[in-house]
Amino acid sequence: MTGDRIFGAVMIIVALGYILSARTIQTPLFPDPVGPKLFPYMIAVGVIICSLYMLIKPDPEADWPGAAALLRLVIAAVVMVAYALLLEPLGFVIPTAVAAGVISYMMLPRASMAVLTGVGLSLGLYVLFRYGLRLETLQAIPREWLG
Amino acid sequence: MELLNNLAIGFAVALSWKTLMLAVIGCFLGTIIGALPGLGPSNGVAILIPITFTLGLDATSALVLMTAVYYGAMYGGRISSILLNIPGDEPALMTTLDGYPMAKQGRAGDALVISGVASFVGAFLATLGLMLLAPLLSRVAFQFGPAEYFALYLLAFATLGGMASNNQAKAALASMIGLGIAMIGVDNQGVPRFVHGNLHLMDGIDFLVAIVGLFAVAEVFFFIESHGRSSSIGVKLEKVTVPVKDIVASGWTMLRASVVGFVAGVLPGAGASLGSFLAYMSEKSIDNGRSGFGTGSPKGVAAPEAGNNAAAGGALVPMLTLGVPGSGTTAVLLALLMTLNITPGPTLFTERADVVWGLIASLLIANFVLLAMNVPMVKVFVKVLMVPPAILLPGVTMISFVGIYSLSGSHFDLLLMVGFGVLGFVLRKLDIPTVPIILGILLGGHMEDALRRAMTLSDGDPMYMFSSPIAIGLWIAAIAGFVAPMFLRRYLQKPQAITD
Repeated sequence: MTGDRIFGAVMIIVALGYILSARTIQTPLFPDPVGPKLFPYMIAVGVIICSLYMLIKPDPEADWPGAAALLRLVIAAVVMVAYALLLEPLGFVIPTAVAAGVISYMMLPRASMAVLTGVGLSLGLYVLFRYGLRLETLQAIPREWLG
Repeated sequence: MELLNNLAIGFAVALSWKTLMLAVIGCFLGTIIGALPGLGPSNGVAILIPITFTLGLDATSALVLMTAVYYGAMYGGRISSILLNIPGDEPALMTTLDGYPMAKQGRAGDALVISGVASFVGAFLATLGLMLLAPLLSRVAFQFGPAEYFALYLLAFATLGGMASNNQAKAALASMIGLGIAMIGVDNQGVPRFVHGNLHLMDGIDFLVAIVGLFAVAEVFFFIESHGRSSSIGVKLEKVTVPVKDIVASGWTMLRASVVGFVAGVLPGAGASLGSFLAYMSEKSIDNGRSGFGTGSPKGVAAPEAGNNAAAGGALVPMLTLGVPGSGTTAVLLALLMTLNITPGPTLFTERADVVWGLIASLLIANFVLLAMNVPMVKVFVKVLMVPPAILLPGVTMISFVGIYSLSGSHFDLLLMVGFGVLGFVLRKLDIPTVPIILGILLGGHMEDALRRAMTLSDGDPMYMFSSPIAIGLWIAAIAGFVAPMFLRRYLQKPQAITD
């Protein structure tokens, strides 16, 4: 109920922002009858209509995660974002081991399994990607560390 | 005669060592992906596509590998349906109804063999159907102008959305979100839109990033939420023998279910889940209570498996001839084609005959490989089910990251992928289907292009959109496809997950 309403409201705001942004699209030198703005406008109007329907006639409330599950999800998402940012500066092996380990622990809180999963996946995937699939861009550890 | 010539071209491509190897590898990986609960065909194909590119395969090889994975996943889905009562993928849901009861009666091996043979019959007949129907349909598609294509895309959104959700507004919203995302980047006249100075966005959002995020990463979040509940095999799998009597007895069931499944697969948007559902329901009513559907009937295992594998082949028909996918996984395969710079559509059959017929020949071969893997070697794949999700899903996450990173080498895409993962989780919680979003991102550019070309041709006359009988027919079908589920829902309840 509330979930549908909140999402509908958010989508209406997004669609209005979309229209504002579409207004600034430049007209090309040799415009066709439709131009670059009409289709985006049509989409935004469609989004608003569907979102209004969600606001007016919401479905029964979704089964949202409880506080503990939510915390695990947030931790996992933060770890993924950190992984995306650190993969280049820190190389493959260390961030992968940590990220895989944390995600495993978030699924099943068993420390030994998480550590083994992290280390095993990190090394195994490195060998697979670097030597099996010849992915040249993959750095095990940053070059500078090797001196 | 033409067909035989084309097949000869196809087998010349397919019977090279490299192509054969790729087909076997694809079948193997696909069966594993299908068997693992929570890693369905669309997830599996999605995370494997970026990796395919790192191998630097040519178009035909990449396509053969990924369609073999797709077929394999359809075969493999039944394994966990039967042994764990958890469908390995959504189309295998109906197989739990009789497969698990059979397994509980100590006939797990029989159920696996019957469903394996049924999968083979369904997939093989569908590949033959694809071979016959696709060239015909591509000839019709040659007459399509921009107005017809616009209506066709609309039809795809209407039917795919209609099947994917219980709420039409939410399905439509999902399509719109996808179309909206597709507008980001430069348009066909080189005008930048919604870029706001971000150079990463100039080329638009890579659909593979969206697909892997919405499917694979979102799935990881679902497993984290459910605490990665590990499932243990509760039934015994003794020596696997071939129950000849049951297979012969369900011969007609398999044939009929294959036809039903194939037709369901060809319809844009309907896909394999509907194929197996219709096949099971029609066989159940034909059987009329004689062999006890729902209590462990061999026919009840054969029907949905023949149906979903036939639908999987059928779904390739609109994808290859019209560029309109018939299911979530074929949408992912369409993304593969587009990334390989192959434009699906009628010209594919004339200009890239080697690709299409090479693919069809490989699928014919792959079916025999899959039969061998899924009947005599089925025990190998049963072992895969023992891998706990707490090891498997972190692996899926890391492969997704490396795969996407290898495509562009930019951490921006990785962040975007995580964002799509979170979005996918929230959307699925709200019962907003994610497949129409993918379809929107894939087809948005084409759809707008069709509209703009139609308006240029007609000097801005909107009635041009309805100026041919084909276009009018497609519009009517689209509206019917969108409206009908609202009324049919009562009878065609989307099969809900069955928990023991």
